[in-house]
Amino acid sequence: MVDFAVIGAGIVGSAIAWELSKYEADVVVLEKENDIALGATRANSGIIHAGYDPEPGTLAARYNVPGARMIPEIAADLDVHFRQTGSLVLAFSDRETQGLHALLARGQKNGVPGLQILSAEATRALEPRLSERVTASLYAPTAGIVNPWELALAFMETAIKNGVRLLLDAAVTGIGKEEDHYRLRTADGREVSTRFVINAAGAYADEVSALAAGKLFSITPTKGEYFLFDKSAGETVDRVIFCVPDELGKGVIIAPTVHGNLIVGPDAEPVADKDDTATDGARLAYVRSRALQVIPSLPFNDNIRNFAGLRAAADTDDFVIGFQAPGFFNVAGIKSPGLTAAPAIADDIPRRFAAAGYPLNRKAYWQGKRRIVRIRELPAEEKAAAIRANPAYGHIICRCETISEGEILDACRRGMKPVSLDGIKRRTGAGMGRCQGGFCGAGIVAILAGETGIDPLRICQDKAGSRLFAGRTKSAGGTDD
Amino acid sequence: MTETDLVIIGAGPAGMAAALAARARGVGRILVLERNGFYGGILNQCIHNGFGLHYFGEELTGPEYAERFSTELASAAVDVHLDTMVLSVSPDRQVEYIGPKTGYQVVSAKAVILATGCRERTRGQISIPGTRPAGVLTAGAAQRYVNLDGYQIGRRIIVLGSGDIGLIMARRLTLEGAEVVAVVELMPYSSGLTRNIRQCLDDFDIPLLLSHTITEIRGKHRVEQVTVAAVDADRKPLPGSETRFDVDTVLLSVGLIPENELAKGAGIELDPVTGGPIVSDRMETSVPGIFACGNAVQVHDLVDYVSAEGRRAGDHAADLLLNEPAAKEDLISLTATGDITYVVPQQIRQSSLSAGIDIFLRVKRPLPGGGVITVCADGTPILRFRRKHLNPGEMERLTLPHQVMSQQTAASFSISVEAP
Repeated sequence: MVDFAVIGAGIVGSAIAWELSKYEADVVVLEKENDIALGATRANSGIIHAGYDPEPGTLAARYNVPGARMIPEIAADLDVHFRQTGSLVLAFSDRETQGLHALLARGQKNGVPGLQILSAEATRALEPRLSERVTASLYAPTAGIVNPWELALAFMETAIKNGVRLLLDAAVTGIGKEEDHYRLRTADGREVSTRFVINAAGAYADEVSALAAGKLFSITPTKGEYFLFDKSAGETVDRVIFCVPDELGKGVIIAPTVHGNLIVGPDAEPVADKDDTATDGARLAYVRSRALQVIPSLPFNDNIRNFAGLRAAADTDDFVIGFQAPGFFNVAGIKSPGLTAAPAIADDIPRRFAAAGYPLNRKAYWQGKRRIVRIRELPAEEKAAAIRANPAYGHIICRCETISEGEILDACRRGMKPVSLDGIKRRTGAGMGRCQGGFCGAGIVAILAGETGIDPLRICQDKAGSRLFAGRTKSAGGTDD
Repeated sequence: MTETDLVIIGAGPAGMAAALAARARGVGRILVLERNGFYGGILNQCIHNGFGLHYFGEELTGPEYAERFSTELASAAVDVHLDTMVLSVSPDRQVEYIGPKTGYQVVSAKAVILATGCRERTRGQISIPGTRPAGVLTAGAAQRYVNLDGYQIGRRIIVLGSGDIGLIMARRLTLEGAEVVAVVELMPYSSGLTRNIRQCLDDFDIPLLLSHTITEIRGKHRVEQVTVAAVDADRKPLPGSETRFDVDTVLLSVGLIPENELAKGAGIELDPVTGGPIVSDRMETSVPGIFACGNAVQVHDLVDYVSAEGRRAGDHAADLLLNEPAAKEDLISLTATGDITYVVPQQIRQSSLSAGIDIFLRVKRPLPGGGVITVCADGTPILRFRRKHLNPGEMERLTLPHQVMSQQTAASFSISVEAP
């Protein structure tokens, strides 16, 4: 019997696991995929929102500003890339300028620090590539950018280091209520008995909730499509650029990424299929045309990847956070600004359980610091010292991103063994660059097979079933069929 | 920081030829830095034949061709560091590199030759919509998996783009028992060599669909289906022309791009068309003392010409190192116009005019009836070359003879092509 079973290991489940790992409690996380952070967490804008967007009084508003305040310190403790870039919301007409003032008032009500309306000249002085049609902007200094899956991995690795257990390929298909606990069953027949359940199942949180009780809410994911540009375009803007919502919709975001690329997107399309992350030519063309209105010189030739992500929007139009039954706590419908809000939501959970009569005790000893060697980012002397100490840091596997064998091995040894090329990519950045893994794929397959003992023929590109290879060649012992 | 005479970055065909040439000319201290754990670069995975007809007068496989150079290089008085990655080259020729054996190093060189090769364009650069399953890979990556690592990359395959590697891989995978359902080419002509269309597609009954493209890729975990559509003259898909193919693999052979990150970092001026550095006839870039050659300068069809270009870069770097530095001399521009896509070198030294000059160019569209290539000096025609057929997929090599060039006093040269 464990104390907590967290269902779902996206940014929310991972942050909760990290928070609970500070307390005297047995915690198990159940994740249906072969790795964590494979839902909304791996395909979103990566923005830490300042907090002027949510309506005052909503749960989104309640957790956004505290989350934005917590992120810088967490990023420093967990050695996660984060940049407090600030953001600009652009207006392109007098009517939209009025909209900026409404956002300003809302932000002040939500407690967002430092908001300021800037003139067209001041806006373009900050971001000279913006269209000359900009009439004004709202500047928010506390907005920033983070790598969402990197943050989730850091939360989970730190949680595991502090005693949390993670079960992968563990889709919860049954929840039984016993007198004083719940019994969870997974698709492959495993069982976990737990005093408390925290439902952080993202797009599937409504289905998980329904396993324990009647359907309280339902989730219709909103799909958003993106362009990711090469680093050569990474300095197009220094800040996160938003537009005032107009009759055509919310407008696209143009933002630098923490890795020095440029991200452009998303659009917003409600979809029925909770795994539908296909991109569509017409939708991408729409994103492109909206973005060109904001920055006419955007170099779309430098696009290296398109992707689509799903935001888990609940029909309550707000986050769904709270007990639905004794011991069963939902953290669902965490759409934007969920990435920003996640640590604040997690931080609140011990209080919520204490208030419900389940007090938790802090551990006397908790290892909260995480350090990652990144050869590319080290100054010359430290590079030299790192390679002297471990020559594998001098063996570069990913040439576009300068990622060494040592960094890939480290990633395999931090408590979660990746089983796919994309698992390595999310942990190290190898394969994220211009060649998109064309040169380094074979080298990573070899390291992964050697380190994890997986037969190379079973290594996946990404989720279970995404096998890279169909067999051996004839000269390597394969046959025609 | 250590010092040396010449650093060569890359031990593929260009770098090896450059190193041997410089050594033969008597350059003392030469350091070759190679990213891979072996010599020869991409040649090692090119196990088909057809290499060396021009350079050696015989037909070799890629590894055999590489071995001719690597054997000689291994016994030459040249330092080679394998598994070594160059991180940066500064405009004053300090080369920063790391390797498991060497650790972190900075070496100051009197001359540098960039022989870093090229990379493949990827799915993102052509933005194919749909899902992102496993089984979409570039032809060169597939070639590496199949030929060096012994993995079958799929059973039913469609190839997008008719670049040479895609054609070679269509045949290779067929021989491995896979079914290649089609090669799909956006343009109304192939960008591959005619001999590869014959030997790799026609001989194996693999259809080549010209003026077609893949408009969507579908599959949950692995590729399951692609949609192919015909395109109009503006290369836009024609509604209603869609056909679906059930395949598990999409190979992309949609172009190669010079690897120019180090060149950019050194502040070297690039040619927007080739994607490589602008070079003079001695393969020197806009930064004095830094030379470039091979696919880092322009994507070649034939390795033989890569070797020749490498040798030329090595010879000229040796000239710079061994002789009194020549007085700074003017460079005369050589510009591609009309239906010429690009020309290399883009600049000619005044003093080279007396020696004759080898140039390479590509045309923008096929001229099936052939064409006349005209070289003009300040707008006045001075040389004409007839060619029986001209194709974008086949690089043309011309020698501008010294008898004519030594007479020239022009401020600029240009080159154009017309149907006869």
